[in-house]
Amino acid sequence: MSETVLDVRNLEAGYEPGVPIVRGASITVRKGEIVVVLGPNGAGKSSFIKAIAGLVPITGGTVFLDGKDITAAPAHTMVRLGLAFVPQTENIFPLMSVEDNLRVACGILDRRDIPGRIEEMYAAFPDLVRQRRTAAGNLSGGQRQMLAVARALIVHPKVLVLDEPSAGLSPKFVSMVFEMLAGIRKSGVTILLVEQNAKAALAIGDRAYVLVEGKDRHQGIASELWNDPIVAELYLGQRPQHRKGGMA
Amino acid sequence: MSLQFIVDGLLTGSMIGLGAIGVTLTYSILRFSNFAHGDFMAWGTYATLAVVSTIGATFGKVAPIAPLSFGWPLLVALVVGMVFTALLALLLDKVLFSRLRSQGQAIIVVMASFGASMALRSLLEFTFTSRPTYFSRAIQIAMPVGFGIRVTPDQIALLLLTAILVLGVHLLMTRTQTGRSMQALSQNAALARIVGIDVASVVCVTWIVGGALACVAGVMIGILVQIRPFMGFDMLLPMFAAAILGGIGSIPGAVLGGLIIGLAEAGAVQLIGAEWRAAVSFIILMAVLFVRPIGLFGVRER
Repeated sequence: MSETVLDVRNLEAGYEPGVPIVRGASITVRKGEIVVVLGPNGAGKSSFIKAIAGLVPITGGTVFLDGKDITAAPAHTMVRLGLAFVPQTENIFPLMSVEDNLRVACGILDRRDIPGRIEEMYAAFPDLVRQRRTAAGNLSGGQRQMLAVARALIVHPKVLVLDEPSAGLSPKFVSMVFEMLAGIRKSGVTILLVEQNAKAALAIGDRAYVLVEGKDRHQGIASELWNDPIVAELYLGQRPQHRKGGMA
Repeated sequence: MSLQFIVDGLLTGSMIGLGAIGVTLTYSILRFSNFAHGDFMAWGTYATLAVVSTIGATFGKVAPIAPLSFGWPLLVALVVGMVFTALLALLLDKVLFSRLRSQGQAIIVVMASFGASMALRSLLEFTFTSRPTYFSRAIQIAMPVGFGIRVTPDQIALLLLTAILVLGVHLLMTRTQTGRSMQALSQNAALARIVGIDVASVVCVTWIVGGALACVAGVMIGILVQIRPFMGFDMLLPMFAAAILGGIGSIPGAVLGGLIIGLAEAGAVQLIGAEWRAAVSFIILMAVLFVRPIGLFGVRER
């Protein structure tokens, strides 16, 4: 078993004190894996992943990255610690050029390495090269997502964390984004993502967790989870008497 | 109609534009209208004046630089004044604005800046009295440059200084990591943190740039007009009008907006009379808000 990169234990988090949205969720991500967090609407998936990235106040539990406690480290220090986050929406700077979007994220890199690193990103995401001078706000949905991912990868993160990368994309772009993530994993990057689109995410994932009402209820090998009746029940809410949690 | 209004307008416009850069930066990055910005101008000018006087008392009378009305003491004092004004802005942010900003309501910070403005202005009146004062009482002879336009050497020097400063700020914003961080923060504060930008340090740079330029604008007024505790407060409306006309957040917009308002004011003085000068900013401001609220270089909010 390869080493653990991200280790989240009993995480509790929420925007308001006394109203936790994440209620004791634990996951581990090992080096080189794609780990998927699934769950019904309002299960706290997004809050869970944002809490890890330092964007939602943590009220309990711990987050370890490469053995180092990064619980509640300020959000702007996360890239330096090795965690790069891609938000679900508004994940680019719309008025800045594609190139400036990449460059502004290079604050922790050695100044001399920046031009070469930008070229490496263009090599990995050829669609962005032609648009390097374009304002990022004019990109298509799929290209925006590429830019957001390239911007996160540019700092050599230990783990790439994505919040619903397929949200709001047309089906054509959805498959493109998942192919892109599978390709990034092949290059050796560890990935944690939260996804609504369970089928597509499980197709590229190694392992998956199902989050229900702010807790990790179930986990397993990604390829087996799709046919797992417990997942069907938890995630799709197929029990007739099951009421979907109202914690949006 | 004499074309002299062009020179007058460009000069007034430079002062307005330099001040409007600070207003537009504060608005787009810290997300509030800083009504104390004009008083930064006045404080910077009085600080510069104090340093000039100190140098004069220490070194005796210093001859002005060839055609200009001022010598090296004013240049040294200007740099000291810029540092002082930047520190004043940082101090005010530390003790007042940053605490209120964390409460998350812009209007509270705006009101606080109004209070700070009054306090700063009254302190100046208390310390220096409200009687106008000057850097130099020497009269400069304006040289004819054709088309019925006359300019003094001071005016040329100050226009050049404005051009250099504006170019410098533009390069800072577009070519440096600090400038890109400022742009990023103004476009999406949450994402700026995610990509590793330390908001606190960007906020500091914003105050430093805004404060230093306010000092230069104030000293320009001091050289060309006079020094009064109200000198900055009187510039507030034209500065806001310029920032809004140019499009909030845009440095070239703020400068162009300043020049347009300066020229319009000077033109109005010549055409319809000096008593209408102050109305010009109001009219332009209202026209912009009616016709194109995002300004010349502005971009619609997402």
